[in-house]
Amino acid sequence: MGMAWMVAAGALGLAAVGAQAGKEPTGAKGARSELVEAQPPPFSEGIFPCSQCHDPKIAPPNRTRRALGFHADAGEPAAVFDHDAEHRWCVDCHDLQDRDVLRLASGDTIPFTRSYLLCGQCHGDKLRDWRVGVHGKRVGSWNGPKTYFLCVNCHNPHTPRFKGVRELGPGGGPGIWRAPTAPTLELLKPEPRPRRPEEDRL
Amino acid sequence: MKPRKGLPILRDEDAADAGRRAFLRSAAVGAAAALVGGCSSFDPQLRRHFRELSKEEIARLLERVKEENRRRFGRETRVEATGAIPGVEFGYGLDLSRCVGCRRCVYACVKENNTSRARPQIQWIRVLELEKERGVDLTHAEVYYETPTVPRPGKFYMPVQCQQCRKPPCVKACPTQATWKEPDGIVVVDYDWCIGCRACMAACPYGARHFNWGKGTLPAEELNPEQHFLGNRPRPRGVVDKCTFCIQRSRQGRYTACVEACPVGARKFGNLLDPESEIRKVIETKRVFVLKEELGTEPTFFYFYAT
Repeated sequence: MGMAWMVAAGALGLAAVGAQAGKEPTGAKGARSELVEAQPPPFSEGIFPCSQCHDPKIAPPNRTRRALGFHADAGEPAAVFDHDAEHRWCVDCHDLQDRDVLRLASGDTIPFTRSYLLCGQCHGDKLRDWRVGVHGKRVGSWNGPKTYFLCVNCHNPHTPRFKGVRELGPGGGPGIWRAPTAPTLELLKPEPRPRRPEEDRL
Repeated sequence: MKPRKGLPILRDEDAADAGRRAFLRSAAVGAAAALVGGCSSFDPQLRRHFRELSKEEIARLLERVKEENRRRFGRETRVEATGAIPGVEFGYGLDLSRCVGCRRCVYACVKENNTSRARPQIQWIRVLELEKERGVDLTHAEVYYETPTVPRPGKFYMPVQCQQCRKPPCVKACPTQATWKEPDGIVVVDYDWCIGCRACMAACPYGARHFNWGKGTLPAEELNPEQHFLGNRPRPRGVVDKCTFCIQRSRQGRYTACVEACPVGARKFGNLLDPESEIRKVIETKRVFVLKEELGTEPTFFYFYAT
């Protein structure tokens, strides 16, 4: 069942989420920024579009709730589903008919690049904070064009509690984490501690 | 000038230091040099205060820094003295409920700001490891924590850097007006005017100022060529330096290096005078505190808990 979101490079390309730009802050003089982009969602390589396997013509969709693997057969890293697993399953978020989009509670479908709308259905407080820049990460200009990190750049939607992240691809370089990130199941490794005064004598 | 015993810091002066040291030693010599410098050549050591300089004088000053960079690092650099953006006062937010203590900010800052890598090792950001049970209790803070992964259970992390106070005690303490607060709130140091007395370090309650005991080590290939005169240009020996909210970046509208380096998005930066800015939203909607509020320094660096 099509849910492997896992981490790895490759994505939708640089999918700009311009749709929300009008609602975003902010400029030096209160002018709203026109140029707001979001990082691409961190798909595994080759996993998208999902419909290359989940084709209704090949296998008719099955609405019955059941235990499913996480694409372990397709060479995906081991994954867990720990997101209110007792009450929820795949097609609460993924669209049953078209696997290349997500499905809101209203029945509307949205592309993966706007998954924050889906997350915000339950986590409205976080969505509100994210929109104004209080929650989450942004890079770019404090008074101009900036890039937002999506929820899924830091939280694995299938096991969303934050553990750690790693950088995808070039663009960041060591030290400056500008490149898109993907959530990992490992905690971050800290950089070296500062030297004690006695270790740093002239 | 005959060799003179003194603090180790004053030995083996290079050309750039010589004028200033000579001035300090001999008022007569200094005064004479000032006269000469005043009318013909422009001596960077004996010039007027930075804020009194004309555009042409600043341009000449920047040329000198570029030349010094060429001499010392063999590299071309872009040195600017961009002024404050009108209508901007910078504010900073740090989300203690997010910070995991990974120290990415520390090393991004070092890289961006050309601080000395070793002997002396200068890091403008210090990440404190604190115990959740005790809360913000600085007497039990640990900066030298070593652990394979962060965060450690039962601990939380509090990075401390210059708080860019509205009432900065360091500025009051400086006997030469080598440090001051800019209109956008950044407290800067003029490394040419700093005499290295370290009174400002004694005055700062946040340990945010650092002294260049030696010329330090800064490999030429790691030099950040985008420099600001009052910020990340390479420092001479014997001066104090400090966080400037990445003045070379922030005055061009960019986020500071620490903001962009933070992998958890705990760092927020923006214009306090813009009601739509990130930092204003933080202050208006979250539980915010400033470090050592009781001292009346009025920091523009706000710690908060977003959850």
